[in-house]
Amino acid sequence: MSQRSTPADISFNLTVGLIAGIAILILVAPVLIVIATSFTTTQALRFPPPGLSLRWYGELFDPVRSAPIHTAALNSLWVAGWATVIGSVLSVLAALAITRVSRPSARALEASFLSPLVLPTLSYGLAALMFFSVLGIRPSLNLLIAGHLVVIAPFVFRTTLASLTQLDPALLEASANLGASRFYSFRRITLPLITPGIAAGAFLAFIASMDNVPVSLFLSTARTSMLPIRMWGMMESTLDVRIAAIAGVLIVAILVLMVVMDRFTGLTRRVSA
Amino acid sequence: MSAAAPGAAPVRDAVEWRLAAPLGLTYVVFFAAPFLILLGISFYADAEQTRLGFDSWVKFYTDAFYLKVIFDTLKLGVFAVVATTILAYPLALVFRASSPRMQRVLIFIILMPLLTSVVIRTFAWIVILAREGVINQTLMGLGLTATPLNLLQTELGLVLALTQIEMPLMLLPLLAIMNQLDQNLIDASRALGASKWRTFFRVILPLTLPGWIAGATLVFASATTAFISQSVIGGARLVYLPALIWQQSMVVYNWPFAAVASLTLLFTVLSGIMALSWLGRFARTT
Repeated sequence: MSQRSTPADISFNLTVGLIAGIAILILVAPVLIVIATSFTTTQALRFPPPGLSLRWYGELFDPVRSAPIHTAALNSLWVAGWATVIGSVLSVLAALAITRVSRPSARALEASFLSPLVLPTLSYGLAALMFFSVLGIRPSLNLLIAGHLVVIAPFVFRTTLASLTQLDPALLEASANLGASRFYSFRRITLPLITPGIAAGAFLAFIASMDNVPVSLFLSTARTSMLPIRMWGMMESTLDVRIAAIAGVLIVAILVLMVVMDRFTGLTRRVSA
Repeated sequence: MSAAAPGAAPVRDAVEWRLAAPLGLTYVVFFAAPFLILLGISFYADAEQTRLGFDSWVKFYTDAFYLKVIFDTLKLGVFAVVATTILAYPLALVFRASSPRMQRVLIFIILMPLLTSVVIRTFAWIVILAREGVINQTLMGLGLTATPLNLLQTELGLVLALTQIEMPLMLLPLLAIMNQLDQNLIDASRALGASKWRTFFRVILPLTLPGWIAGATLVFASATTAFISQSVIGGARLVYLPALIWQQSMVVYNWPFAAVASLTLLFTVLSGIMALSWLGRFARTT
């Protein structure tokens, strides 16, 4: 490949290398800048920070002054947890139903189960608000769970479907031929083999729920505040440096989760293959 | 499955088929039904929802201001797709040429922003684009400008921020397809005397187009609906459909009008997706 480097090839390598470098810088720099900013000593959001301190983390963990943030964070964790659990169970069942059926109706069902990934969830958020209000149901965390559930289920559905497609049918045939019941085969063969796929999907679903704005924007209220909406409020009013501290906490949490998930499910391989 | 017991296959299908019912039912109740209600409410003529009529639709589609909002939203989506494409392709090429170890590091770098809250990524761009922000400090430090540039509340600043926020969505499908690309085809092109540029545009680009279309669809859908980024970085002067929907439904309380705006956003995104998949089919046949 590299034995004859014409000027055109050199210019290609330079261009590609330069743009790829810029792309990596654009991807990484904002995250690093936020983390650095969170350790600032001043009220102003300055980069580089004039001095380093844990002042804003202290403010963030102050149980009195940051109580609304803590409530919002706990609400978000609660909703994300339940939406992920329920969404995962439903999605795994649906994926099992669809993989081995090649009828066009199954493909149509697959497409509709995946549709919340590309349809504007903001339109859905307003639709859900109108739906619940027409039915006369008052906003609650349960409504948020229902709303998030629909939007995040496709993540689990997709990864589970991918694991099931890679599953060798010969294994199940062998199990059946050896006299195993269908449920026993599922429990001892299918489930262990697709668990990493389910876990990777559930991880992405949980993050998507924690991060969800379009649905929470319409379904959350002052009493059922959610973390991203609370942070948006903090950004709109005064540029509170505590947001940077929240960012620091979330980024570290995500990093730890990512490393754990990568060990357990091969997340990074799963996404690229 | 069915080869093992051909006679039992239809029964098994029926049993397995039913496993899709819980999720299907959940979607019908919590996803399809709300959209029907949304559609229904859009046919109320007044904000108080007392009279039926097409007034909300007519008002939206005859007002130059709202038509411009639709156009600006589409434009923002297209800009985000173009910007992420320009940055993602070279990075995907570097990814392809990297060792497996380096590839894992790159995936990590790409996933990191994707898994960081959109609100936080938006916040980061405020720190970067502000008058005393990183870009202005750098430019003034280098003596390129005497006064700080206004980057917040401009379309340029918003596109820049959205590029970072949406780039992982473009990269992931692109990297997947780039890794499956047959090296022999590239080697053949090179052996036949094509330059790297020519090989990229005539071999790599057409063959990775399905991955690009998948990524572009996600970026377009995401950029056009990125309410927080649009409203915080774009500010009040730049109005896009999501802000209009929010304002009409939660501030003005004109639900029929908000429903029209919401369905318009849905159509806008769907038309973008359809245009992209049409492009994919068109590219395959030529």
